[in-house]
Amino acid sequence: MVIKMEEKLLEIKNLYVTYKGEKTVRAVNGINFSLDKKETVGLVGETGAGKTSTALAIMRLLSERTGSIPEGEINYKGENLLSKTKKQMRKIRGAQISMIFQDPMTSLNPVMTVGNQILESLVIHNDSGKSQKEMNDRVDELLALVGIQPNRKNDYPHEFSGGMKQRVVIAIALACAPELLIADEPTTALDVTIQAQVLAMMEDLKNRMDTSIILITHDMGVVAEICDKVAIMYAGEIVEQGKIEDIFEGKNHHPYTIGLFEAIPDLEGEQRRLNPIDGLMPDPSDLPSGCKFHPRCTHCMEKCKTSSPPIINQNGHSIMCHLYHEED
Amino acid sequence: MELPLLKTVDLKKHFKVSSGMLHAVDGVNIEIQKGNTLGVVGESGCGKSTLGRTILQLTKPTSGKIFFDGRDVTNLSGKELLNLRKEMQIIFQDPFSSLDPRRSVYELIAEPLIRNHIFRNKSERYERVLELMKTVGLAERFINIYPHEMDGGRRQRVGIARALALKPKFIVCDEPVSALDVSIQAQIINLLMDLQEEMKLTYIFITHDLSIVRHISDEIAVMYLGQCVERAPSKELFANPLHPYTKALLSAIPLPKLRKKKDSLIIRGEVSDPINPNPGCRFASRCDYCKEECKKTDIALKRLENGHYVACCLYKS
Repeated sequence: MVIKMEEKLLEIKNLYVTYKGEKTVRAVNGINFSLDKKETVGLVGETGAGKTSTALAIMRLLSERTGSIPEGEINYKGENLLSKTKKQMRKIRGAQISMIFQDPMTSLNPVMTVGNQILESLVIHNDSGKSQKEMNDRVDELLALVGIQPNRKNDYPHEFSGGMKQRVVIAIALACAPELLIADEPTTALDVTIQAQVLAMMEDLKNRMDTSIILITHDMGVVAEICDKVAIMYAGEIVEQGKIEDIFEGKNHHPYTIGLFEAIPDLEGEQRRLNPIDGLMPDPSDLPSGCKFHPRCTHCMEKCKTSSPPIINQNGHSIMCHLYHEED
Repeated sequence: MELPLLKTVDLKKHFKVSSGMLHAVDGVNIEIQKGNTLGVVGESGCGKSTLGRTILQLTKPTSGKIFFDGRDVTNLSGKELLNLRKEMQIIFQDPFSSLDPRRSVYELIAEPLIRNHIFRNKSERYERVLELMKTVGLAERFINIYPHEMDGGRRQRVGIARALALKPKFIVCDEPVSALDVSIQAQIINLLMDLQEEMKLTYIFITHDLSIVRHISDEIAVMYLGQCVERAPSKELFANPLHPYTKALLSAIPLPKLRKKKDSLIIRGEVSDPINPNPGCRFASRCDYCKEECKKTDIALKRLENGHYVACCLYKS
């Protein structure tokens, strides 16, 4: 399969993220993935898998004091974001790449009206010299887009419900019509009926504004609903990735992916006991040797304990596991 | 039919707030048979946690009655309430904030035993703590460590051990797995179900996660703005939801399966204000089937077939 380089909106190559501390925390350990225009990729994994660190690395928002990117490339439209200056990055952030943060309750400024918070990013990225009126109209338009009455723009965040606050956060992220939207658990704090509204809205926006989305989540149900591609993360590595059909219906899977699916109670079938994955996520400052999943894996072999598994790729569906490696 | 272990009759809990009365629990009637699990589902702000707390009388009910083991336990006080609490316990949602950070695992689990003067000497108490730790699957080496040194799953196991310490008959599980990752969540759910079987426990399982509630419950009560709008055996509820709100709620669950076409019903708007609500069906303003009669008077739960109860004008008993 030949893919032309120009088609990729974002390409992440061999990215590492570490945090210094008493011991060095290895949060992301050499991941590779890419995103085309208008595509939605789901980044799935449990707490501590390195999902948010990946997102912050793309946004260049890692804490300067502790976080660093020792290796890797983040190519956005063919240019490496890691070699941009802070000033250049500030132009890109919010305008071309923007992020929806996890918790709408804490990511809005409580002493600023929601209208002004949306306006803020328009003013900062006002390169084309729009007038005040044009920008105010755009705020109204954005609020309407996310389903909030524009006459509520002079209200403060505490006057909104959780779902509405999340929609304000989405409106801020979309203010400058970004080409890439990173949504970090955008619906985790919301109720299911509101979650359904927000997901429907994101899907609609993707179709109307041609936005590419990186959706960070731990909910396989949400992934099934809106993603085109999925990458499953474990201990800072992508253990399996592919098209959504590969992950949900494909024949071969990484044992961790299988574990994740089996741990969810089935809404249709009958089962008395759930099948949890035994053990715990490894400490990222003290990762196991060989395959990072081997202490919890039911198919663990001798070589899993010592050598890092190869990535086996079949038509874009890649699995990082010794099980599928054919010896020759 | 056997007497239910727990029964509430028209239970209400209203809170006074600056702009009026907040109807957190507004006339709830539920019954749980011994050894069963009643799942209580609903969205945030529907009063499900307040219901759990009111049943345990962690807050005094505004009106209505609570019967436990055939006895009216509403408004007990002092010593009687302390004795009742030995039989009714709670597991909290957030194992991060519900455990005292300055106490070790031993002190945390021993606390209910000390408070109720269960053992005369320390060695018996120590033995009992070890036994409880074994029951909930905590290795002995954790006995002297503090909550911040444990992960969420283990912390929740400490919370469960505390609830089991006094050998209760009845436990309110208030979102016990919502703060945990899926793989750990499954471990805790299995533990709770095993304990129920061994000790013949009765649970109220409060959650907003519908796939978990279907898995663990015998019967499910759906709450909306302080009222129970539908109650049915769990399979019946999922196979045949009747109330328009339940239908929308069930169809909104994102399934981890690929389907050609999704036919989810998206409900309009947001949950309305629980402060001084208008009479009539609380869901009326968002309901597609709303009629004049829905807005006049409160609608009581009606009994239909298959143990199904629903509070909706669309159905006649």
